[in-house]
Order: sequence, then structure tokens, then C-alpha cells
Amino acid sequence: MRAPSGPEIAAGDVLLAVESVSLSFGGVKAISDVSFDIRKGEIRAIIGPNGAGKTSMLNVINGFYHPQKGRITFKGQTRSKMRPHEAAYGGIARTFQNVALFKGMTALDNIMAGRTLKMKRNMFWQLLRAGPALAEEVEHRHAVEEIIDFLKIQEIRRTPVGRLPYGLQKRVELGRALAMEPELLLLDEPMAGMNLEEKEDMSRFVLDVNDHFGTTIALIEHDMGVVMDLSDRVVVLDHGIKIADGTPDVVKKDQAVIDAYLGVAH
Amino acid sequence: MLYREVGQFKTSYAQDMAIFPIRQDRIALWLTLAIAFIVVPLLDIFQIWPFKGEYLIRAILIPFLILALAAIGLNILTGYCGQLSLGSGAFMAIGAYSAYKFVTGVSIMALHIPPLPVFISIILGGFMAAFVGILFGIPSLRIKGLYLAVATLAAQFFFDWLFIRVKWFTNYTSSGSVAAPDPLIFFGYPVTRPVEKYLVCLIVVTAFALLAKNLVRGNIGRQWQATRDQDIAAELMGIRPLYAKLSAFAVSSFFMGVAGALWAFVYLGAWEPLAFNIDRSFQILFMVIIGGLGSILGSFLGAAFILVLPILLDQVPHALGIPITVETVSLLVFLIVGALICWLLIVEPHGFARLWGTAKEKLRLWPYPY
Ligand SMILES: Nc1ncnc2c1ncn2[C@@H]1O[C@H](COP(=O)(O)OP(=O)(O)OP(=O)(O)O)[C@@H](O)[C@H]1O
Ligand SMILES: [Mg+2]
Repeated sequence: MRAPSGPEIAAGDVLLAVESVSLSFGGVKAISDVSFDIRKGEIRAIIGPNGAGKTSMLNVINGFYHPQKGRITFKGQTRSKMRPHEAAYGGIARTFQNVALFKGMTALDNIMAGRTLKMKRNMFWQLLRAGPALAEEVEHRHAVEEIIDFLKIQEIRRTPVGRLPYGLQKRVELGRALAMEPELLLLDEPMAGMNLEEKEDMSRFVLDVNDHFGTTIALIEHDMGVVMDLSDRVVVLDHGIKIADGTPDVVKKDQAVIDAYLGVAH
Repeated sequence: MLYREVGQFKTSYAQDMAIFPIRQDRIALWLTLAIAFIVVPLLDIFQIWPFKGEYLIRAILIPFLILALAAIGLNILTGYCGQLSLGSGAFMAIGAYSAYKFVTGVSIMALHIPPLPVFISIILGGFMAAFVGILFGIPSLRIKGLYLAVATLAAQFFFDWLFIRVKWFTNYTSSGSVAAPDPLIFFGYPVTRPVEKYLVCLIVVTAFALLAKNLVRGNIGRQWQATRDQDIAAELMGIRPLYAKLSAFAVSSFFMGVAGALWAFVYLGAWEPLAFNIDRSFQILFMVIIGGLGSILGSFLGAAFILVLPILLDQVPHALGIPITVETVSLLVFLIVGALICWLLIVEPHGFARLWGTAKEKLRLWPYPY
């Protein structure tokens, strides 16, 4: 497996750079000539009105969509195309706007599935579930239980996730992404559809992940309060075009951003 | 307090991950195994009802075990990995005919393989089925659901045709029907009496069920289920669809191949391609749906149901003095199985196994509703 491992990136240096990326679906231009970067250790918000191209941007970053133009540099390696599982190997994990959990599996198994890439024992040992394979299961179970404790979802470990309420599903999905111990975590509206209390919990988790594990986070969020509180820098998209980029304070006062959100025609 | 886990503390994750973490389940398992391995043979030796004669063992228990093995195979592919297959019969046939060729010796041009022992031939039959399974699994990387089912249906018809038309597979017998070695010799012991055949099947099926259970609760099993539930999310987490799907096809076909070889050698003794036609594929599929998609236990429950239903429908009315013709019985079987499948697919896609699981959950909370 060609894991784009590359050199170690120090905190504050550019971890991921997107350069003049354009993506269209047939006639629909989802992203036009967008450039920005994400620095190691920061929380980078991507905001914009509906249909601005935010989700498409995440899909480009983790190799699910291949942009027609532009380059992406991750950990010093530049590429225009990569397979999704290569992104996963490289240390990019994500959650989805519409929860994409493995519905038939328990919360525990969902999070364990996040460790697939780290598990190396071959089918022979797994058949016997003995020796190295069992040791490996136990080792990863420990790591997963830490995540379960961290997210405070101990009671639901054995529940098939399809039966969980939406807020908890989002939490399990975050757990599954964390299980990959990613270097870059992409969160697509992790707080959508949550009540105030759930939003506060989720914000806490996002900050803690960033603090404790030093995980770099790209966050798409519609709630401006949350964005202002959590993020170090914000990039604003509108109709696939980048219209602002900077600290929350700067972006908040930007005229183009205010217009975009108020729906001023351009 | 009959079915509670209260007071059973687990002190390590290894214990928590044991095959049946709850003590009552473990006891039930050991009891079942004890009955299967000890009580049944004893009853047979002393010819105690209902084991008088050989009917129960020969006509019910042996086919039950072998078809349960095939159902486990299909369940791995369809229940765990979400790839619908109508080709179970074909993979069983590949196992059966390959085992037959190995046991009678193969020579293809310069390659001469001497006749191999029965057990090794059966296992090699499984490997041949696995190999073909991988080939027929390749389309699954591009097509899904019903379209894949049609592709596996094509495999079914192709192999039906192949084993009828290409005489090499049947060693040019004039009738097209072939026979397994008689007596069957397993590790030096001739296996002739039904109870001996039963024990051979029981050992193989128990071992394979355990291996299957290990796989589905391990890393590869999670990859199968992840691919089934959310293939895109799975791929973005680094689970390669190629590996997940093809390994499911391989393991599944291996199980079906071994089941086919056992079916031919141990149950039928002599057979023709008709034994593995599309009806067989549907029979296995119904077992899996009724027993429970994504459950090893369900594969056994489904096999038991499909086999026992016609017998019950045949015997019970007779016992009650109600005259019932063979045609009526088979019609009733169709009706009941059909209605049950519709009902399960709508209400409880996880079949009997889930109903059982729900019952256990209720029992755990009993007498409180929640
Ligand atoms: N797979 C696709 N096929 C066709 N068009 C697509 C596809 N994915 C996105 N688009 C289009 O690209 C544009 C950007 O969509 P995207 O989902 O990235 O927006 P978004 O900023 O995430 O919006 P929202 O806030 O509603 O989630 C939209 O016009 C959308 O219809
Ligand atoms: Mg979106």
C-alpha cells in the first residue's frame, strides 16, 4: 500500500494545501478555483450558504471526488488524484452530513471498524481467533474503549446504531472517525439537527479532540456561534467560489460574507 | 433470575469478547453439543424412540447439518456482506464434482493427480468452489443488488449446463450420474452406518460454524458488514471493497463447496447435476432469509425450519387422522414458506434469529417491559 506518509509536519505548518481546485458535475460548477490551506493543529471552519460546495470540498480532500483542475498537497505530497482508501491510510478521517454509520452493527463494532487499517492479522489467525489475532483484537478493544469513555457512550456500546437517536448516532460517528487516529479530521456539520445541550457536548468533544490529541480539524458548520467559538480560521465559500478567508472576527465583518448570507444578488 | 447477566462480571476484554459472553448462553451451547455428540449416538445405538430405525438420522439430521453449512456459507455472502446470490447450487456442485474428480484421480494432459483421500478431496472441493467464487465475485465490484443476483443466476445455469454436457467431469459415465467411493473412508476408518455419517457431518459442521463465527466477529467480519451497510463510508475509512467483497465470495463459496461435497458424498452417495439446480439455490436462500440474515445461529434455525416443515405437514395431519395428499403438502409448504418470507422481509429482516434475540432481551428485563 502506498501510504502518503511524507515528512512530519510541525504544529503551525501547512498540513494540507488546496490550490486552485475546480470541480463540476456536468454543467454544475460545485467548486471554482478555490485555494486555501489548513495548518497543523488548528480548527479550520468551512462555511457558506446551502449548495456553496462545502461538502464537495471535503469529498475532494479525501479523494472521493476527483477535481478537474487544481492540486492538493497533503503532508508535503502533491497530487491531483487519489483513491479514498489511500487518503485513509494517509491519516484523513471524516464524518458525514447525513450520518453514514454501519446501521446493522453495534456502536462498539462501528468504532472497532474504524481501526481496520491498524489491524494486520491475516485470515488464518482470524479464523482461529487465537494467538496474534486475539491479542490484536484485545489491544484495539482497549483503544476503542478509551474513545467510548471519552465520548461518554458506555451504555450504548452494544446497541445496533440504527436504533439510536440522531444525536447519539453523530457521536458514534465521531468515535468511529477518532478510532482511525487521524491526522486530519473532516467534520461535515457534526451539530446539524441537534438541540442546544447536544451542541454544547459536541463542541466540547471537538475542542477536546483538538486539545488532547492535537488533531487538525476541518469543520463545516452552519451555526455561526459555534463557528466563532471553535475555529481558529474560517474559509467562506459561496456558489463554489471562495469569498473570504481569515480569523472569525475578520470574516464576520467581511462585506462579501454578510451579503452572501443575506442573499444579496451578485 | 433465569436469564440474567447480573453478577457475571467480566474482568478482561478477552472475556467480554468470548463467543457467548453470557453464562446461560454458554450452558445452552454446551447442552446442545452434548446432545448432538453424545445423546443422539447413544439413542441410536440403543434404538430408542425417536431414533428407532434410521429415518431420523438419515433423512433429517444429516441433510439438516449439511444444508445448515451451505446456509452459513450463503449467509456470509448475503447476510454479512450484503451481496445477493442465487448461485449457491452452482457452488455446491463445484464442490461436489471437484471432490469427485480428486477422489477418482485427475489427469489433464501432463498433469496427473493420483486419487486422493476422501476428506482431502472434500476440502479441495471447497477450495475449487472458493476459486470460482472469486471469479464470479468480480462483477460485484461494479454491479449491485438485483443485477448481481442475475449474474449469479447466470453462474447457476452455466454450471448446470457444464456438468451435464462436459462428460469429463462425470468420468464419461453413460448415465451422467456419478457415485462417491463406497465405503467412504475417513482417516482410515470406513464410514458406513448412518450414525457414523452423522458424526462426520456433525464434526465438520461444528468446526466450520466455529470458524465462521470467529471470522464474522473479527476484523474481516466488520469489513464485510461495513461494506454491506455503507460501502462509501467504508471505503473512505480504508476498507477496500475489492478485498471485502472478494474475500466474502471466497469464504462463502468455500463453505458451499464443502457442503456440496458432503451432500454428494455423505448424504446422496450417488448423484446427478439435478441435485444442485436452481431449486437448491432457492432452498438455501430461503433458509437464510427465514433463519436470519447476518446470523450464524439463524442459518441453523432456517435450515431446520425448511427441512422440518414439510415433514410436520405430512405427519401431523396423518397422526390426527386427517387425510392429506402429497400434493397438498407441497402446496402448503410453498404457501407457508412464501407467506413467512414476505412477512419476515417486511417485519423482521433478521429472521428467527432476531426474534430469538428479542425474546432474550425481554427475558433479561422480565418482568418489566423496559
Ligand atoms: N454528486 C453530485 N452530483 C451532482 N451535483 C452535485 C453532487 N454533489 C454536489 N453537487 C452539487 O454541487 C453543489 C455543491 O454541493 P455541496 O453539497 O458541496 O454543498 P454544501 O455547501 O455542502 O451545501 P449544504 O450546506 O446544503 O450541505 C450543489 O449545487 C450540488 O447540487
Ligand atoms: Mg453539505
